[in-house]
Amino acid sequence: METIFFYLVALVTVVSGYLVVRCQSPVNSGLALVNTFFCLAIFYVMLYAPFMAAIQVIVYAGAIMVLILFVIMLLNLGTEARKRYTHGVVWAAIASLLVLLNLVFFVKRGRVTGAEGDITSSLIMTEGHTELIGKALYTDFLLPFEIASVLLLVAIVGAVVLAKKDV
Amino acid sequence: MTEMLSMSNNWPLFVGIMLLKLVVVFAVTMLIVAYATWCERKVIGHMQTRLGPMRTGWHGLLQPIADGLKLFFKEDIIPAQASKVPFLLAPMMILVPALITIAVIPFGKDVTVGGFTVPLQITDLNIGVLYILAFAGLGVYGIVLAGWSSNSKYALLGGVRATAQMISYELAAGITIIAVFMLSETLSLREIVALQAGPLWGTITFLPDWYVYKQPLAFGLFIITGLAEINRTPFDMPEAESELVSGFCTEYSSMKYALFFMAEYANMIVISAIAATLFLGGWGAPLNIGILNMVPGVVWLLAKVFAIMFFFIWLRATLPRVRYDQLMQLGWKVLIPLALANLAVTGLVVVLQL
Repeated sequence: METIFFYLVALVTVVSGYLVVRCQSPVNSGLALVNTFFCLAIFYVMLYAPFMAAIQVIVYAGAIMVLILFVIMLLNLGTEARKRYTHGVVWAAIASLLVLLNLVFFVKRGRVTGAEGDITSSLIMTEGHTELIGKALYTDFLLPFEIASVLLLVAIVGAVVLAKKDV
Repeated sequence: MTEMLSMSNNWPLFVGIMLLKLVVVFAVTMLIVAYATWCERKVIGHMQTRLGPMRTGWHGLLQPIADGLKLFFKEDIIPAQASKVPFLLAPMMILVPALITIAVIPFGKDVTVGGFTVPLQITDLNIGVLYILAFAGLGVYGIVLAGWSSNSKYALLGGVRATAQMISYELAAGITIIAVFMLSETLSLREIVALQAGPLWGTITFLPDWYVYKQPLAFGLFIITGLAEINRTPFDMPEAESELVSGFCTEYSSMKYALFFMAEYANMIVISAIAATLFLGGWGAPLNIGILNMVPGVVWLLAKVFAIMFFFIWLRATLPRVRYDQLMQLGWKVLIPLALANLAVTGLVVVLQL
């Protein structure tokens, strides 16, 4: 049951990923990308990581992609974007082929099945995924977390400075 | 306490009850959507000393059905210059997020069926609040796409306004909700409702411990941002009949237009239900008196939802539309700082009490 569902979602993900590259209009590509992100969120749910799934939808599908579509709509790129950006196709194809080989190698040789480490799916079921992430972020990884927030603040201030002619 | 009914212990019963819950919740929501249009016209009519719809049925009660039939038989026009796929997708992408958000709203006490506990809620996610925020974020796409794909300047202006407005107010709404689950320490809506059942402040026994008493500012902010999220007056900039014809849905006709209309009311129900669940005790009785606790929870939840919806309709009859710059000023310079201040104060109180 779960396997069939996985292959179904995987098919949709791959097809929408293909559509991101091949769609005529940039808006349709953007929509396909939203769909890809949404499918990734479904994978997170299937991996017992509901918090990651929600954040994936909120941040990527809900916030970033809306802004990207907004910009595409405002600039009204039309079909010219497709003609202009076709020069890197060959190299991109080679690079993605190498990544695919790499992945196949890892799946064949590595230990991808079986859970290792302290956080198991049964622990997530009893403790709750959000609680586990929250505890880890605010105890063991407090410094990286705070550094990331300072980095975001710098980015926000930078965006304001760039957007405003005279501060 | 009996075992929770799930897929593993009795799957035919589980699937049956799940389908039943889905059908009932969907049917009730659709019925409320249909009659919310009638209520809105009636209430605004009476507030403006008119009668509202009177001709179809007793006091116009059959008006929603007549409207539905009319829209159903209208010609479905797709503009020649429109982008077909987004144009067709947009009405669905606005209605679906609204409807699936209702899945996490609890609507009553647990019941026992065949020796198993069944929660009266379609699904109890332990990330319930985040789920709501996620799908509220996805709701923007419908309006954006409708605005862009119509290839008309009024629709595009409506879509652009909607995007800016919804992104700005989503932030404030999110920060407001965080203050609530700082108190509840859970993201599951079922537990949030259960936590609001106790006596107020632990001392006043006849009042329930609703979060609106602890978080009055958050409740006010949530109602304002909610109004902006669902694009209702005074924040109906994306539609703005007097300046943009009909905003993002100008080019739509027939059932596609009806879907936008249904989505507007479905969103109104969703925001009311979330406000009732997070701040007004969900399906709990407004007074902790035995006889009121005997009434089924659904009645209280619906009463609260209708009260908030009535308030929204009342605002529509009262307030003029705000200007676009006023809208942005309010969102970024008033609501977000207030929400952040509320969050900081709540955090301080939570830390000092423990």
